[in-house]
Amino acid sequence: MSRSLKKGPFINAKLDKKVTALNEANKKNVIKTWSRASMISPDFVGHTIAVHNGNKFIPVYVTENMVGHKLGEFSPTRNFRGHGGNKKK
Amino acid sequence: MAIRIVGVDLPQNKRGEIGLTYIYGVGRSSANKILEEAGVDRDIKVKDWTDEQASKIRDIISAKFKVEGDLRSEVQLNIKRLMDIGCYRGIRHRIGLPLRGQSTKNNARTRKGKKKTVANKKKATK
Repeated sequence: MSRSLKKGPFINAKLDKKVTALNEANKKNVIKTWSRASMISPDFVGHTIAVHNGNKFIPVYVTENMVGHKLGEFSPTRNFRGHGGNKKK
Repeated sequence: MAIRIVGVDLPQNKRGEIGLTYIYGVGRSSANKILEEAGVDRDIKVKDWTDEQASKIRDIISAKFKVEGDLRSEVQLNIKRLMDIGCYRGIRHRIGLPLRGQSTKNNARTRKGKKKTVANKKKATK
């Protein structure tokens, strides 16, 4: 079920504050965040946000196309390297 | 004389409602909408349509529906967008696994394709 429109998109309040502060100062710093559930709003475009994947922070450069997705979608939590592979040894 | 609509031959001996679904992008519900708007009874077979009715249907489809090539390319573009921005769904498209959190331990054969058997590991001989 989709989120009620009344509430608007979920954006972590602290993260939102940091981004607006950067926008006002016209600076581009990397922001670290654990808030994978936050929606990417148009304000984020052009910033680099380091999104935690449970292990480390993955830098995500936000582009226009990403608006409307969640931050966590760009920071994979699993790293599958493939099965088997005795051939190369 | 076959009736062609947006480059697809419609089956002659089916009812209009069903015949229209041979077009990519038209299912039962939009077929009914089209026929209703054209004022054609949905039980009339495709071969019994008059030229007038056929052209009316053609007009409605080209004006209001995205079908066949256009629709296919739109779908492809959407997939390409997901892959380009490198989000989770895009990655799953790239490696050909299901996108919506389904289990992949077994099954998921629609996305994974035919089974690829991996050779058995050789047992250590005593």
